[in-house]
Amino acid sequence: MSTAALTHAHDALAHDDHHYDPGFWRKWVFSTDHKMIGVQYGVTGLAFLMFGFCLMMVMRWQLAHPGEAVPYIGGLLRTLFGSSAFQSDAKGIPGVLTANGYNSFGAMHGTIMVFFGIVPVAFAAFGNFVVPLQIGAIDMTFPRINMASFWCFFISCIFMLVSFVVPGGAAKSGWTSYPPLSGIADLGPLNHVFMNGQTLWVTGMVFNITASLLGSVNFIATIIQLRAPGMTWMRLPFFVWAQFVTAFLLLLAFPPLEAAGVMQLMDRAFDTSFFMPTGLIVNGATTQWSGGGSPILWQHLFWFLAHPEVYVLILPGIGMVAEIIANNTRKPLYGYKAMVGAIFVLGFLSFVVWAHHMYMTGMGAKVSAFFQVTTVMISVPSVILVTALMLSLWGGSIRFTMPMLFATAFLPMFGIGGLTGIPLAFNAVDLYLHDTYYVIGHFHYVVAPGTIFAIFAGVYYWYPKATGRMLNEFLGRMHFWGSLIFINGIFFPMFLQGMAGVHRRWYDGGAAYEQIIKPVIHWNNFMSVSAFLLGLAQIPFIINFCWSIWYGRKASDNPWDSTTVEWDTPTPPPHGNFTKEITVYRGPYEYSVPGADKDFTPQTEAPKADKPHSPTPPAAAPAH
Amino acid sequence: MQIPHEVTARPDTGLYNAKLGIWLFLASEVMLFGGLFSAYIFLRMGAEDGYWPHGLLNVPVGAANTVVLILSSVTVVLAWASLKMRKFSQYKLWMGISILCGALFLIVKLAYEWPQKFEHFGAFIKKDAIAKYEPYLGNAHLKEKKLAPRVEISGHLHEVEIDATAADKEKLDVFLKEHDLTSAPDAHDAKLQLVKGHHLTPGVVEHLEKVPGVKLIAFEVALDPVNADPTNPESDKPHFWYKGATEKIGKIQRQDVESWSAFAPKHSPYFAVYFTITGLHGLHVLAGVLIMLYFWLPIEGGANMFKRNPEHLANRVEVVGLFWHFVDLVWIFVFPIFYLL
Repeated sequence: MSTAALTHAHDALAHDDHHYDPGFWRKWVFSTDHKMIGVQYGVTGLAFLMFGFCLMMVMRWQLAHPGEAVPYIGGLLRTLFGSSAFQSDAKGIPGVLTANGYNSFGAMHGTIMVFFGIVPVAFAAFGNFVVPLQIGAIDMTFPRINMASFWCFFISCIFMLVSFVVPGGAAKSGWTSYPPLSGIADLGPLNHVFMNGQTLWVTGMVFNITASLLGSVNFIATIIQLRAPGMTWMRLPFFVWAQFVTAFLLLLAFPPLEAAGVMQLMDRAFDTSFFMPTGLIVNGATTQWSGGGSPILWQHLFWFLAHPEVYVLILPGIGMVAEIIANNTRKPLYGYKAMVGAIFVLGFLSFVVWAHHMYMTGMGAKVSAFFQVTTVMISVPSVILVTALMLSLWGGSIRFTMPMLFATAFLPMFGIGGLTGIPLAFNAVDLYLHDTYYVIGHFHYVVAPGTIFAIFAGVYYWYPKATGRMLNEFLGRMHFWGSLIFINGIFFPMFLQGMAGVHRRWYDGGAAYEQIIKPVIHWNNFMSVSAFLLGLAQIPFIINFCWSIWYGRKASDNPWDSTTVEWDTPTPPPHGNFTKEITVYRGPYEYSVPGADKDFTPQTEAPKADKPHSPTPPAAAPAH
Repeated sequence: MQIPHEVTARPDTGLYNAKLGIWLFLASEVMLFGGLFSAYIFLRMGAEDGYWPHGLLNVPVGAANTVVLILSSVTVVLAWASLKMRKFSQYKLWMGISILCGALFLIVKLAYEWPQKFEHFGAFIKKDAIAKYEPYLGNAHLKEKKLAPRVEISGHLHEVEIDATAADKEKLDVFLKEHDLTSAPDAHDAKLQLVKGHHLTPGVVEHLEKVPGVKLIAFEVALDPVNADPTNPESDKPHFWYKGATEKIGKIQRQDVESWSAFAPKHSPYFAVYFTITGLHGLHVLAGVLIMLYFWLPIEGGANMFKRNPEHLANRVEVVGLFWHFVDLVWIFVFPIFYLL
């Protein structure tokens, strides 16, 4: 491309940018700019993560001190959530979590953390903000659909929040919403026909799913269509690959749950019997349903989504960790191609393992054996990913920056989560461990010190690009060490409790079964204290996050000396992202290339003409 | 700021953005309807012998609707081809026909097929009472022919018998008047009352049952041909030509009934999945019609785009056409599995 053309393009972009003033509402609220939508998703999602965690802290109080009023804030909780969730104790002190309230909080903790916390932050927020920048695109392919996606999500958030304050409280049939329990919950003379917890949950989920479908179409189309010239497939940063596969999982796995949600809504609102078995008797009376439905049908449709959903939760995290590890070890990822292959195999296999959540339904030995085999198979690509990341550390001159601390902690934490999952893959072992705290410990290790640590790593890594300021290092370290220690304090004892047989839905923390679980019941107190301290450890982060927007150290355009394209923009990037025409000449991780003048070579840096073995410059149209 | 490849294809992928977008969207739609169709298979396989109804839908009307929808799929392609040849008036014609076909399909569905179902009455008989209703069910005959048993009696509600001795008379009178119903003492048992009227649909009876103190005793039904003459070999298989209820009246005691309702979603898993899939499909047809109308009307972003950027309009029509073919394809599955199988 000639110099003249470049200058011209530059002028055109700058010109455009100069005139871009959409006004307050279009800029901050109803924005079509992918960066603003990413930030909106991120802030909403982080707020929901905090909210979901607060629900859990109340539950942990109940588990450690069953029947005692929550200290200090008991009265406030009762005012907020009503008397169906909180009662007074024998002395009249308000704030005892009721069984009803415990079920509500448990169901909503799961729903909020998965669908309103982690997916919006890890997939939607980081994906929206980072992916177009990393592939050198000016925006998403469909900016208005992108905006619609966020506002669909926002509506679903409203549904979920409103459900806490309707009579009877929020949904209480577990985040899995198994019928027939979920079919009969919150129906009765005291409940509004629509404004009741479970119906609002189902409706909210339908909106949430619609939002993620709109988002995933956009992500895939953007990655396929809007890669900058020279950004060939194997030059994509690994994070983009992770988002690409994740988007396919959401695109194809979520619709069956949407169908199931519609069917559950029909069961509840129009008395159909999709999930209502023949002869269902509730409280000693026959029910209004015609029968002939199947509760197992819901489980199949639910887990057809919810297993790929597990990978939706973890893949963006692995993507972020990969970026950060390459950047902070100052060397290329070990086995980039193998990782890309592994992530595709993982994505495919995640569609054929769902019934390992259903060993207890008595599917029969043949079906169980099939899902057992596929489940064991899926550990192979997972191990490839983690091993490649581990090996990437080998021989690197590691900089323990804030993002890198979280990224390195991610590896063993995710490792524990993954390895403890292997016994659960086996039918015979699962029959014993099913629905115990062992399972809770297993998937929380994957998602909490796994994905959430990756999210924190991502926040510390890309915060300077989004705001133009660095997060404070000292507060960051307080946040990191506090989180790492206390999060293990919560989840590790769960394995011990689970192997001793503590069931996940005991409302009193096992007090009623004390004779059976005596050796492990004392852990409840330890875990709950850890949870409260983990809550405290988040305070430095919240302060840091808010304070640094205005008072943080100013960041340069490329504060981490990174190679990928998102750092080749002004900080923060303007509308349209780039002030120059982007052309990509090399792979994503050219760190410490022998003979280069610095230890990183940006993807957009043209090869020097005098070098004998320089990569070939791209054709006008990208290859493949 | 102009997003690249909005109108012209990207050379290496050969696609403009919206075309890729709609294919991805359709992939998710396949999974959505796939979920519902799997539910159909799952429920049907799990249904007890005789509990999966056959022959309740109007096959010729459904077949005609199928033709209408396929026809509109052809015309939408012709509309796109006209735009590609830059023949505007032809485009308007073909697109107009597509819109009318879509609208016709919806009218038949919503104004004829569905309402007919909501007035039809069906009652599943309790297992221990099935023998009592042999004259309406003809199970001996079916057993001889090795066919699935009949467990349901259906038709049009003629009268219902109620016990109103404990009822709130005032509320009952208001209710009857409101729904244009009359009541008279039963000739055989003076304690009971017979309620009848032109608007005695199952839905009305459900409300009647909710009037305080009213107890439902029996239904008198103008039977469907299959229950009026259950041993007729013609009834062994579903009819192609739809036959309405006969003049023959059958009486069913409420206490012998397992569950009863109109041919509404709650009637059985069959109607539940039928109404859910056709309802969702209907919403897709409606969306398609509205979008095609948008591209047909002389507005910005619609047909007026022809003067400014005809290729862009052609792309838009191509994309809605792909969506429309998908909607058509879903119906191609819906028609046999609900109407014929």
